[in-house]
Amino acid sequence: MERHFDEELKNLKQKLLQMADTAQGMIGLAVRALTERKEPLAGEVFALEEKVNAAEIEIEEEVLRLLAVRQPAARDLRLLTAILKINNDLERVADQAENIAEIAVLLLKEPPLKPVIDIPKMAALSQRMIKNGIDAFVKHDASLAKAVCEDDDAVDRINDQRFRELLTTMIADPKSVTRAVDLILVGRNLERIADHATNISEDVIFIEEGKNIKHHLQEKPEASS
Amino acid sequence: MVTPEVKIELKDLTVSFAGKKSLDRVNLDIRTHEILSIIGPANSGKTTFLKTLNRLIDLEKNVRVEGRILLDGRDIYREDPVLLRCKVGIIFALPVPLPVTVFENVVYGVRRQGVKDARELSRVAERSLRDAYLWDEMKDRLQEQAMKLSGGQQQRLCIARALAVNPEVILFDEPCSALDPISTAKIEEAMQTLKDHYTIVLVTNNTKQAARVGDRTAFFLMGELIEIDSTRKIFTTPRDRRTDDYISGRFG
Repeated sequence: MERHFDEELKNLKQKLLQMADTAQGMIGLAVRALTERKEPLAGEVFALEEKVNAAEIEIEEEVLRLLAVRQPAARDLRLLTAILKINNDLERVADQAENIAEIAVLLLKEPPLKPVIDIPKMAALSQRMIKNGIDAFVKHDASLAKAVCEDDDAVDRINDQRFRELLTTMIADPKSVTRAVDLILVGRNLERIADHATNISEDVIFIEEGKNIKHHLQEKPEASS
Repeated sequence: MVTPEVKIELKDLTVSFAGKKSLDRVNLDIRTHEILSIIGPANSGKTTFLKTLNRLIDLEKNVRVEGRILLDGRDIYREDPVLLRCKVGIIFALPVPLPVTVFENVVYGVRRQGVKDARELSRVAERSLRDAYLWDEMKDRLQEQAMKLSGGQQQRLCIARALAVNPEVILFDEPCSALDPISTAKIEEAMQTLKDHYTIVLVTNNTKQAARVGDRTAFFLMGELIEIDSTRKIFTTPRDRRTDDYISGRFG
């Protein structure tokens, strides 16, 4: 039986997808501002950040309305609570992209420290994780969501390696410290974006399978009634 | 983990009307001092289930009950049905007060049991009305005609009447279907308190009520017990897709 509630949920999901699309685009723009040394791209990120903030509030209000009016249970309840959390994660992703754009603006005032290779790699991985997390949400695909959680380790590895390299650079040349610290922060922002993608995927697994896998909860035996 | 004490045990319970099965091989335990909510669409066997627990079903025509129902380990079909119905009281959807005073309504069953002492009757009336969340509203109106009370008060009066004969189990059949939200809240409050002393089975078409009140919830569909689990589990992550669809309003 098709319910009017299904239509409301569909519209809400559509809004969330648009927000995910914007947030994902912001990561690309922020990293390009840094790698291609184009300040206007950073400006675009700042403008989009306001759009994402407005979308976050709109989605949150709609979820609260539906919780109050529809009093959902089971799958619907899991879906709405997950949307609330994914909404928050996407807003944080946009914040991280904005941070990268802000750092890019600062770094553009200085000569480049060294060719930026790993950052685009990390950015591409994080963007893919967000995309796959959201695809898993749309396609009800718990196995794709699980694959996203596994990708998080790859991003963490690149970030750790970059950190060590930049540390060596700073020790060798103290004048590089400010720029190196900024680049470390960019890595940190991308690593956080990958963490948000992991959160989103964990929420998808919760919606689809009713299992909370956060903090490896799945390894504990389920309490019986 | 401590195994919960079982009050009523159903073993392969099948109930048929003129050969047509209304309940089909139901196996479940009702635990002492729990509120067990029973949900399911029309013709799922909810009311049949409830009426079987105190053998009111015996009054129906062409009925056949198979399997066993044990109350405290004893087969209810080996008990006197009148005594059984004192132990297992029932509250119906529509309140049925007797056309006498509030006081006489409450003590009706106790008088029939032979209690004549006025002080004892007053004591029973006060205790029962308090337990039914009605004493404060009725303490100065005990001699009023019960038919003059509001619907919500009449329903709580029926609960008080059931409590007066010291039941062990109380069956509620859609007790709030004809009540406003405030009266409903009072009945639900009463149920939460009553479970400290009684075992409660609540049949309801209002799934939200089952979620609010029940410790465990059982979902019936076309005479079959589909799923029984903690209310938290049923309303967040039910195992069976049909349970999910029903409580999400996708059918029923």
